[in-house]
Amino acid sequence: MEIVVSLAVGVLAAAGVWLVLRPRTFQVLIGLSLLSYAVNLFIFSVGSLAEDEAPIVRAGALPDLAHYTDPVPQALVLTAIVIGFATTALFLVVLLALRGLSGGDHVDGQEEAP
Amino acid sequence: MNASLGGNDALVVAPVLLPLGTAALMLLLGDGRRRLKAVLNIGSAALGLMLAVALLWRIDAAGAPASFAVYLTGNWPVPYGIALVADRLSALMAVLAGTVGLAALLYALARWQHAGMYFHVLLQLQLMGLYGAFLTADLFNLFVFFEVLLAASYGLLLHGGGAERVRAGLHYIAINLLASLLFLIGVAVLYGVTGTLNMADIAQKLPQVPASDRGLLHAGAAILAMAFLAKAAVWPLGFWLPAAYAAASAPAAALFAILTKVGVYALLRLWTLCFPADAGVSGGFGGMALVLGGIATLGFGAIGMMASQRLARLVAFSVITSSGTLVAAFGLGQPTLAAAALFYLASSTLAGCALFLLVELLERSRQVEWGPAQFDDGNDALPAFFEAEPTSGANLDDDEELLVGRVIPGALAFLGVSTTLGAMVVAGLPPLAGFIGKLAMLQALLNVGSASAWALFVLLIASGLLAAIAFMRVGMRHFWTGAERNTLRLRVVESLPVGGLVLALLLLVFYGNAVLRYTQATADALHQPQQYIDAVMGARPRAGGAQGTR
Repeated sequence: MEIVVSLAVGVLAAAGVWLVLRPRTFQVLIGLSLLSYAVNLFIFSVGSLAEDEAPIVRAGALPDLAHYTDPVPQALVLTAIVIGFATTALFLVVLLALRGLSGGDHVDGQEEAP
Repeated sequence: MNASLGGNDALVVAPVLLPLGTAALMLLLGDGRRRLKAVLNIGSAALGLMLAVALLWRIDAAGAPASFAVYLTGNWPVPYGIALVADRLSALMAVLAGTVGLAALLYALARWQHAGMYFHVLLQLQLMGLYGAFLTADLFNLFVFFEVLLAASYGLLLHGGGAERVRAGLHYIAINLLASLLFLIGVAVLYGVTGTLNMADIAQKLPQVPASDRGLLHAGAAILAMAFLAKAAVWPLGFWLPAAYAAASAPAAALFAILTKVGVYALLRLWTLCFPADAGVSGGFGGMALVLGGIATLGFGAIGMMASQRLARLVAFSVITSSGTLVAAFGLGQPTLAAAALFYLASSTLAGCALFLLVELLERSRQVEWGPAQFDDGNDALPAFFEAEPTSGANLDDDEELLVGRVIPGALAFLGVSTTLGAMVVAGLPPLAGFIGKLAMLQALLNVGSASAWALFVLLIASGLLAAIAFMRVGMRHFWTGAERNTLRLRVVESLPVGGLVLALLLLVFYGNAVLRYTQATADALHQPQQYIDAVMGARPRAGGAQGTR
């Protein structure tokens, strides 16, 4: 479980960083999305990963992380997803506006000098 | 002892709720009704400022250096719910935010409010994010308010449209999205290590973190600091700032003068809270990085000011300079120095705001219009410092007739005096507020005496000199050229905020002693984080009342 999540975070983050550093606006957008997926998964993992456990303390079970899963990171991830989604959508609008104004999809609005 | 004012001080949450309510109401009003919206907006912004002043008054009246007002949202007990806490630092920042917001709004009433539909709503949301970020005592809530103010600032930066704004906006949004992701990673790691999100609770639990988790804790704190440093435009994370601020419309840029200070505020708050000098293994963690980063920023900003060809970029670089000064001064961790830096923070924020407003008025008087197709990427060939040949009609000594008997129009005189005063504050020339702040900082630095303190000492003086030269050059170009200018029309509503800000700067001088006493108390309280922790952790929910479903 830990290995799978770590690998997923690592691959997403690596791909995201590479794309963010590309000169095309759409690649940057996808890179930012991938990075935010990586961060969301990462937040999940800090609350200790548990399988088949509810985020509710039940009667009879000790209220420690061996018996239930931490609900706070889940709430954080939910908030982060909503905020990330909204800002990414805004980025998309600005991307389209720049494309309309400059006629290209370079992040600087113009191609680099040859 | 600390004077905690109980756990239910509604005055703490009012500055956050008021702009939220106003923004929602204005959205309901639809597209039209500009006049009504303008009135609502002014009323709300002025009321918000008054609330912030009342908060500051209340906290200062409590007397002790460490006095707090706490509000527990939803009446949840402390570390479970979100707590809003106002201390001296929060109240000071809130007053600055309210002042800057009101000034930007008044200025926008003349022209800029017509450039887009949602200006008033965005401005209110921006204020809400600012007040919230300054007042919250919860790390994740701080992230949410950061996002609120950033989302509003994206809209405000794009306000008015045009290719330059859109391009700068794209870069600004991308950088800030990345910074927000770093923020989230930092928060997550700190939560993973300490198991709480309440700042006071985090600070309280830090000494108990086992040695095996120290590395993770430091990494998390450093990543979190990266997000704040990027927001504060500290070198090398601040290259986005000049392009973005120079491209923004005047009221938006004026409002942005406080945005970098949000990053500085968050750094100061969390660093003094979590890593005080007596915190054992982690004591003063990262302080040296802050000092070095601040010094590098100060140098970068000063050189940038000298290299700026446009007034807007010059002012943007002066914002970078001031945030470098602040980060370096706070990083040294001396209460006296921090008190002086807080005074400097107030004066440089107000001066930056005034100068951003003046930039547009001056450019308008010179008939300079930057066409939409013109990108300013800051590395266009230098035009050899403009006119090497004097233009016809210039004041030349061998042409003395021109030197006498020229009437200076009132509007131009007003602009000239305001710009001079603002530039003097930024450069730190006597007798204005910038000088008092810088002098107090220099005195404190003499007492610190370490190598980095001396470096900062020298750089503070040198950057002041460079700023003075840069502003003088711009002033000569704008006010002393004989180039034909169109008749300068200045509306009252445009000159009002500029005049108000200049007046505030003068008041800072006249009441310099009182303000310095306040900032000294602020800095003393900041460097004794235990009182903050006690005040927050000791706040009790109101008994009875609406506890309902719990």
